[in-house]
Amino acid sequence: MRIEAHPILGTRSVKETISITVDDRTILAQQGDTIAAAMLAEGFRVCRHTSRTGEPRGVFCGIGQCTDCVMQVNGVPNIRTCITEVEEGMEIRTQVGVGRWEASHE
Amino acid sequence: MNDSKIDLLVIGAGPAGLGAAIEAAKRGVKVLVVDENAKPGGQLFKQIHKFFGSKEHMAGTRGFTIGEMLLEQAREYGVMVMLNTLAWGFFANNVVVVKQHDQSYSIQAKKVVLATGATENTLSFKGCTKPGVMTAGAAQTLINLSRVTPGEKILMVGTGNVGLIVSYQLMQAGAQVVGILDAAPVVGGYDVHANKIRKAHVPFYLGHTVVEALGKEEVIGASIAPVDCNFKPLEKEGFFVECDTICLAVGLSPRLDLALNAGCPSTYEPLLGGSMPWHDQRMRSMEDVYVAGDVAGIEEASTALEEGKLAGVAVADELGLLAKEEQGVIYEEIQSRLDKLRSGLYGDKRRQAKLDLIERGCTR
Ligand SMILES: Cc1cc2nc3c(=O)[nH]c(=O)nc-3n(C[C@H](O)[C@H](O)[C@H](O)COP(=O)(O)OP(=O)(O)OC[C@H]3O[C@@H](n4cnc5c(N)ncnc54)[C@H](O)[C@@H]3O)c2cc1C
Ligand code: FES
Repeated sequence: MRIEAHPILGTRSVKETISITVDDRTILAQQGDTIAAAMLAEGFRVCRHTSRTGEPRGVFCGIGQCTDCVMQVNGVPNIRTCITEVEEGMEIRTQVGVGRWEASHE
Repeated sequence: MNDSKIDLLVIGAGPAGLGAAIEAAKRGVKVLVVDENAKPGGQLFKQIHKFFGSKEHMAGTRGFTIGEMLLEQAREYGVMVMLNTLAWGFFANNVVVVKQHDQSYSIQAKKVVLATGATENTLSFKGCTKPGVMTAGAAQTLINLSRVTPGEKILMVGTGNVGLIVSYQLMQAGAQVVGILDAAPVVGGYDVHANKIRKAHVPFYLGHTVVEALGKEEVIGASIAPVDCNFKPLEKEGFFVECDTICLAVGLSPRLDLALNAGCPSTYEPLLGGSMPWHDQRMRSMEDVYVAGDVAGIEEASTALEEGKLAGVAVADELGLLAKEEQGVIYEEIQSRLDKLRSGLYGDKRRQAKLDLIERGCTR
């Protein structure tokens, strides 16, 4: 959920809205959001599934240290979504295992 | 920026790194700061609470304001800052290799200050890898920088200052803290912080631990239980707490990979976070290499800043740029501010730990 009013940080400043897709579903994000934050704001918490047991993983450290939040972004796997900012039209996919590169990037 | 040579390379743009950079640059040292983050400031911009201490420690000022002030001073003294830049290797002759946008550069510096901060500790329990279990730092980053809550009902694990502060900040962000627990029988952090949460009637489960994070794909609750005198959970007495997020605030450890890579002698000090690079009273760990802030022992933002300043002054001194009238005096000034910060119930112990460590000397 986005924090609209905050006792110390004040009212959220309105930034440019952009759209991204998460597993083909379009969601709206704010310029400057990290991918992980934009997803959490819309209630998406699963970033990937592990290769052997298929267990779900999501944001854990939030500062790029643990790699639990990696996803496929614009066809490139293993992108740490907690430190990568959204861009208009970004295509984000839940990653399975080590993920895969899509054709245009091979 | 290619294969350049500079006077001082600072790794980490948190309060410690910025403090070192400012004090050195102020005295004519040519300084470059690198940080892997997109924004400088380290943990400071997440810290929306007022700092303690006295006026000279900027008490009463909020973390992010201190961050702005430091950045302003760094600009004023001509400190160069390279962001999105990870330092990944420390080689002979003070050559540090950094990576920015998939491109690596080597930087050679006369002196290096390592101010790489800390890593949060984690806790292992059944289901601890489920989406919804995260470090308190992750939650703090989300609410105070991204302005997004990690969930609606939060269970906080750990009653140290980070656990207490982040719980309060989660409430300020509009989330509900359904409980805060600790395996220890007493609250670990300061009363000022604990009282704010008590006032909001958040239940404290002292002498308890998390047994399991429940939920199929994501956290929908936690099973918690009291612990026996060996901190083993008494599972039969366990009970369910409804929550969608479990935050872990179970301590920090110095982020010392680069220091070890540099060849800094290491030492062990439980009161300061465990394994850490050894340093002397001027923050020097080995020839040409200094450490400051959390990497040199976990404390808090104000001490990190002062330690950084100490390192910055020492670098200027070694490079022959410390004015005659400053010799000696400036070290005493900074040391006395550090001593003041390290006073009181917890501070005294940390001060003693630092003294012991310096006195022990380094063993390789
Ligand atoms: C999650 C968290 C919450 C905290 N909350 C509080 C609080 O509320 N109040 C308080 O007083 N203290 C708090 N602390 C304690 C905190 O340690 C100090 O406040 C202070 O930020 C420490 O300063 P520092 O400069 O040593 O480290 P940091 O502020 O952590 O800065 C270290 C910087 O180094 C960078 N870095 C690390 N390694 C590399 C590398 N290899 N290459 C490039 N850059 C690198 C990091 O990106 C980071 O920006 C918190 C710490 C953490 C981890
Ligand atoms: S959550 Fe740890 S790297 Fe993103």
